[in-house]
Amino acid sequence: MRVASKRFLCFVTAVLVSGVALAGCNFGSAGKNDASPASEGKQGEASAVKQVLNVSEGAEIATLDVAQISDAVSSTVLNNINEGLFRFDDKHQPILAIAQEHKTSEDALTHTFLLRDAKWANGDPVTAQDFEYGWKRVLREVGPFGVFFEMAGIANADKILQGEKKPDDLGIKAIDAKTLEVKLDRANPLFLPLLPLAPFLPQNEKFVEKAGDKYGLEYDQVLANGPFVLNDWKHEQSWQYKKNESYWDAANVQLDEINVYIVKEPSAAVNLYETGKLDRVTGLTSSLADAYKGKEDYQKVATPTTIFMRLNPDVAAFQNENIRRAIGMAIDKESLTDVVLNDGSIPLYGLVPAAFSLSPDMKDYRVLNGQLNKGTVEEAKTLWQKGLAEIGQSGLATSMIVADQEYMRQTSEYLKAQLETNLPGFKLKLKTVPFQQRIKQEKAFEYEIALSTWGPDYIDPMTYLDMWVTGGQANRMKYSNPQFDQLVAQANKELDPRKRYDILLQLEKIIIEKDAAVVPLYQYGEVILQSQKIKGLIWHPSGPEFTYKWTHME
Amino acid sequence: MRLYFLKRLGVMLTTLFIIATVTFFLMKLLPGTPYSNPDKLSEQQLASLNQKYGLDQPLPVQYARYLGNLVQGDWGVSFQFKGRLVTDIIFERIGPSVLIGFQAMVIGSIIGLGLGILSALRQNSLFDLGAVTMAVLGMSIPSFVFAALLQYYVGVKLGWLPPGLWEDYSYSILPSLALSVTVIAAVARFIRTEMLEVLTQDYILSARAKGISEFGVVWKHVVRNSLIPVVTMLGPMAVSIMTGTLVIEKIFSVPGLGEQFILSIMVNDYSVIMGITLFYSTLFILVVLLVDMIYGILDPRIREKWGEST
Repeated sequence: MRVASKRFLCFVTAVLVSGVALAGCNFGSAGKNDASPASEGKQGEASAVKQVLNVSEGAEIATLDVAQISDAVSSTVLNNINEGLFRFDDKHQPILAIAQEHKTSEDALTHTFLLRDAKWANGDPVTAQDFEYGWKRVLREVGPFGVFFEMAGIANADKILQGEKKPDDLGIKAIDAKTLEVKLDRANPLFLPLLPLAPFLPQNEKFVEKAGDKYGLEYDQVLANGPFVLNDWKHEQSWQYKKNESYWDAANVQLDEINVYIVKEPSAAVNLYETGKLDRVTGLTSSLADAYKGKEDYQKVATPTTIFMRLNPDVAAFQNENIRRAIGMAIDKESLTDVVLNDGSIPLYGLVPAAFSLSPDMKDYRVLNGQLNKGTVEEAKTLWQKGLAEIGQSGLATSMIVADQEYMRQTSEYLKAQLETNLPGFKLKLKTVPFQQRIKQEKAFEYEIALSTWGPDYIDPMTYLDMWVTGGQANRMKYSNPQFDQLVAQANKELDPRKRYDILLQLEKIIIEKDAAVVPLYQYGEVILQSQKIKGLIWHPSGPEFTYKWTHME
Repeated sequence: MRLYFLKRLGVMLTTLFIIATVTFFLMKLLPGTPYSNPDKLSEQQLASLNQKYGLDQPLPVQYARYLGNLVQGDWGVSFQFKGRLVTDIIFERIGPSVLIGFQAMVIGSIIGLGLGILSALRQNSLFDLGAVTMAVLGMSIPSFVFAALLQYYVGVKLGWLPPGLWEDYSYSILPSLALSVTVIAAVARFIRTEMLEVLTQDYILSARAKGISEFGVVWKHVVRNSLIPVVTMLGPMAVSIMTGTLVIEKIFSVPGLGEQFILSIMVNDYSVIMGITLFYSTLFILVVLLVDMIYGILDPRIREKWGEST
């Protein structure tokens, strides 16, 4: 019996030891297996500055398969290892990249691109066929970004998405290795601004077919043609870029190496920043933000995510313009962002956020349109009483659906307090639901008020505006104004950038100032810490988050 | 005895089948879709995606398909990490969780047993009081508090160990320490209570009467008999700690499994939810079996019973 139990103990020990052996095999962040150790970036290092950037991301890369991506982290990687016909400059405007020349036909329906001599990292030339193959492949794979071809107005894209035509019918054709012809269904001012985005990247057919199911899932299963190559990718830990020496514009790329670590907890990121492991951290919480306020590394970044209230017109009171307007004016948005949230968010008095879009004269959309529908609590009270009298009610008991996210919870509690205090007779019940549930209820009109969010699909004010056309997929409020619909249609074919921008400005005024249909609240902000050594790091409000091409360390 | 284990195996497989079934249907009750950007998908896009992944089929059909694939060893591919195999995701991420969990268990058991045994032997001494206070604190203060303190003081202020990430062995020490606090406290409390009871038993008196050395009495009779409830507790605790702990992994940026599970539920990543649930259940059931076997070693009477059941 003794022998039996000893043998058994040996077995238990063996199981445990093999457990440790299994565990041990997963160490090492990206690039640590290299012969040359990466710079630890110790503060106060006197030697020549290493061109190494260390940053963090809050999430893992979902995939690097161009046909499958739909998230910002993945878009960012592709934006830095690949390059399409155009890429974004520091003002988020499209500039020539793999295309060295762009010609437009008289009717603006045919676009011809002449490609420069660029190479893939495996030595293959980047050809017009790579673009034709890549674009059609996104549609063949039913990629989430397939809709971008429709938004860009490329011939037959809408019919392909409807299943009426085949992906091979897409209006793109390689005339020869260096000439690419793209046909549009309609003259479209948004065509060029969309081209730097991921679905429009070229894909190397030979490489993609060879990688098969593994394409885009590991660092060596993607092929670069941009400023950097992916040198390593340890899932859920980190990934590493190295400068791509075969990139056509390598002379203007200064960084040798970029290490991206996945850190999901802001306090952990800040601790790593303190030890010099990271040069930039994002998403500081309110208390962390206070601790760093006034330091030179502290920055507030206004993101393009907008938070607003949808008012369901099935509720009789919300058909009354005065009541809708009163709700908007009764809320002190400054206190909400500066005191309650204190996370870098800024008040919003319109649909289009600040620091998002520049007019052809390089003026911010928000500055041009100003603060719409901003009023005082007294005005709100007057409008409220007037509205109640019009609908013959003495008060309003209603409810609001709120997604179960911390900042949403804080916001909704503040809104409840503000509305119930400033509008006599207003009773608001908060209903917290999972995020996906909120979307579902919005679509089914199973709500009275919804605390909603919106983020842009591309960098143009239209991404916040055309959702409100009659019957629009993201309208979810039955908002309908023929004048609005007609102006959207007009903007979509207006090729003169100045005239078009004027229409875009008018659109927002109709829905917010004239109709008071939506109640905008604020745009989500972030407090970040960024080392003074980083120069020329370009952050984009939509699509890819960063362009590292022109970044350097000082 | 063989029949006993065969029976156990049958019960285990039935349990797993029930877990798989219940989880599958509960999971499908979650609102929303497994696709990213639910806010932007049009009805028509949704329809074509559902068709592509077979989610347009009635639930029983989806369920039968899933079970069919599962039996053949196909756990499916993830939705959030498009195209990556669920098995790859689990086995890539279980390693770090097992390592820090195992270390925490070892550290926790050794220190916990030591503290518990000593304080039981010196009941009501100053040492006992100190140990009990520590155990109560360890149980009641959440481990993320220790994690944050360790990270800031040891990692940032003293700079002795890395405050986060996962690059070499040294990165596993702080998370293991933070995790071990709860283990220490639980083990110490259990063994102390149990030993105090065993010490008053008649057979201890007779062992002493036989003239066995004090060490012999404590080691062979008291500790061994007190270990059974501790083992009962340690088994399931080991599984839950070694399969990943959301908070500690998040604070130290450890690429473990605990965080992945929660994330998958948030984004309706059906195949990953099922995969991790089944993986976790299998481990749990195996450990319960293992615990039963250890009972047999500790207490011969239990082994007798296995024989009876044949």
